[in-house]
Amino acid sequence: MTSVQTQPAQQGSEELISGSEAIAIACSLADVDVITAYPIRPYDTVMQYVSKLKADGVFDCDFIVAESEHSQFEIVKHASAVGARTFCGSSGVGWFYAFEAITVTAGLRLPVVAMVGNRALDDPGAFGVEHNDALAVRDLGWMLYWVATAQEALDIALMAWRIAEDPRVFLPFAVSCDGSFLTHSQAIVNVPTQEQVNRFLPGYDRGKLQLHPDNPITIAPQVNEDWLMEIRRQTDEAMQRTVGVIKEVYADFKAEFGRGDPSPFIEEFMTEDAEIILVGMGTLTLPTKVAIRRMREQGKKVGFVRVKYFRPFPADELREALGDCKAVCVIDRDYSYGSPAFGGVLFHEIRSTLYPLDKRPHVLNFIAGLGGREVRVRDINQIVDSGQTAIDTGKIEQETTWIAVRE
Amino acid sequence: MTTVQDLPAVSGVKNIPISEGFTSGHRTCQGCESALVMRLMIKAAGPRTIVVGSTGCMYVANTTYYSTPWVVPWMHTQLGSSGSAAMGTAAGLASMMRKGKMKQEPINVIAFCGDGGGADMGLAAISATLQHDEYNLLILMYDNESYANTDIQVSGSSPWGANSTFSPPGKLHRIMNKRWKKNTAPMLATGHPDCRYVATACGSYGLDFTNKIRRALTIGGPTFIHSIDPCPKGWDYDPKYSHELGMLMVETGLWVQYEIIDNELVLNGPSRAIARGIRKRKPVAEYLDRQGRFAHMTAEDKKFFQEKVDKTWEEWWLPGVIPITQKSDE
Repeated sequence: MTSVQTQPAQQGSEELISGSEAIAIACSLADVDVITAYPIRPYDTVMQYVSKLKADGVFDCDFIVAESEHSQFEIVKHASAVGARTFCGSSGVGWFYAFEAITVTAGLRLPVVAMVGNRALDDPGAFGVEHNDALAVRDLGWMLYWVATAQEALDIALMAWRIAEDPRVFLPFAVSCDGSFLTHSQAIVNVPTQEQVNRFLPGYDRGKLQLHPDNPITIAPQVNEDWLMEIRRQTDEAMQRTVGVIKEVYADFKAEFGRGDPSPFIEEFMTEDAEIILVGMGTLTLPTKVAIRRMREQGKKVGFVRVKYFRPFPADELREALGDCKAVCVIDRDYSYGSPAFGGVLFHEIRSTLYPLDKRPHVLNFIAGLGGREVRVRDINQIVDSGQTAIDTGKIEQETTWIAVRE
Repeated sequence: MTTVQDLPAVSGVKNIPISEGFTSGHRTCQGCESALVMRLMIKAAGPRTIVVGSTGCMYVANTTYYSTPWVVPWMHTQLGSSGSAAMGTAAGLASMMRKGKMKQEPINVIAFCGDGGGADMGLAAISATLQHDEYNLLILMYDNESYANTDIQVSGSSPWGANSTFSPPGKLHRIMNKRWKKNTAPMLATGHPDCRYVATACGSYGLDFTNKIRRALTIGGPTFIHSIDPCPKGWDYDPKYSHELGMLMVETGLWVQYEIIDNELVLNGPSRAIARGIRKRKPVAEYLDRQGRFAHMTAEDKKFFQEKVDKTWEEWWLPGVIPITQKSDE
């Protein structure tokens, strides 16, 4: 048995750490009160780091190893209701085992922050990354963010508590990290100081919704057809308000920590005059950028948009970024069996987003990298070629293409 | 570990607190013994208490939007989550109090579940919670021997042979539920030796019930009470007999009243007298014949039922509690 080794991260320094360790450090900096763990690869590395930080006295929290993912998410849900800041997480089918608790957490408007170490859904058993686990919460009231680097994992975790715990929001937040490529890969991360974090992130105040003998409210009584629709509408309004809150928090974050993109919702790469724009999420960003840079050197007008927030879905930003190009190639590290194009989840959201435009680009779908299969530069080249063919012929021969799959 | 409230034992019915924590607004059936259990539970615990209720009739029938009967803070939890809900609530309070984010004070945490939520679906979460002696909490399982909220379906805590909507007697199979009732409290007591308090209880014995709640909350750590609650709808009898049926269940030896305090078993009331041979058990048929759910049973079925109960008293290692005997070396 080897436990993870933590060199207590120097605050205000650069550290070579994994995405999981970056989030564990964020938990400590955010002074999270209750954290629940249950083992499943690959997310559980974050809990190994959290437990070591607690064992070493670096970080004081109630760290509970639950007997299942369901209990893991139920425990933090109830801790959040009495006003405690919480963190938990899971991967793949573990996330699905907790699904009942995950559903009601959003219904109850509790700002739990969870890490999803994206993993393929068994069976057959597979540890590698796929996005279908986290995507399953897309309709339930969870904010859903896809991380591309370890630095971003730390940064968005800090923002997640602030956004989720904002009384205008009070919704749970899932930080999605590609299994292995992000959870286990080390990169240089700038760790902020406690003072910086304290300035940026206030404590969690549940206010008049806190469950406490001084505030004897009843939470979640039966409503049925009398009130459920109004309550659903309130949750919808809260999700709509997240858009403004996210912008506000991102501006504050950039001011305090001095880093970030122009938009909190998407990252654009060489899109300005691009005729073909690729769209994707997570760590496939790196090989995609490499391929695009090479194609640009050859004079090809190609760009890339990384979707950071899947919920709330950045429809305005995407229309702005994609509206003027000729072909959009959406890379899904997921699938939606039986969907309109027999394609991926992201593709259908993008195509639906672009539909109201007067002049619509061709939108093509590519299923790639399932189960952790590497997305290579030549795969990106193939995708761009398909986009070019659509532009040249003026039609889409095949809506969905599986990339690098044995036939 | 946070401190516990000082809730001394109540010496007589007249000394049970007058204040109510569970009042009008609920919609439980006439003669509902579980509603009485809720009322006694919160009377015993007092106002500085958070109650979490898992799905079941004490959620659906009790708490309707705009007419909650709960005077104390109350929150719903999922069917199998009474253990994790209690632990999450207690952990949240403990963490914030330790870090100075909340005023230090002992707050009772009680999570209740039905037999479906506790003995079936929530068993693993209750077991895990009973291992965490750093949290003060009580899990109360109100057992009306069926999934009573969803139309009376058989549970792992239903009695052998009982008619339910999932175990109806038919032309070919008279007895559809062939499972013997799960022995939940001893399972939890023996499985969690550091749990300081496990008890069985019955609303028919109100003072005993009140004091068991108080002992569970005062002793510290996670605790468990299994209450047996006659249910007019599920058991099919006239609602006015709820109390009587509870007593009959104890007097026939079918239900055993006891506390296990720091691993020491103390039998209570009639169960104690039965164990000591001071009192004779009533025939189980007296209990079975009063309920429609057993109306399809033949004399042979009742004989089988009686023999099973006899065995719990005559052959079990701890009569009525632990069904294990040690094989002799011979």
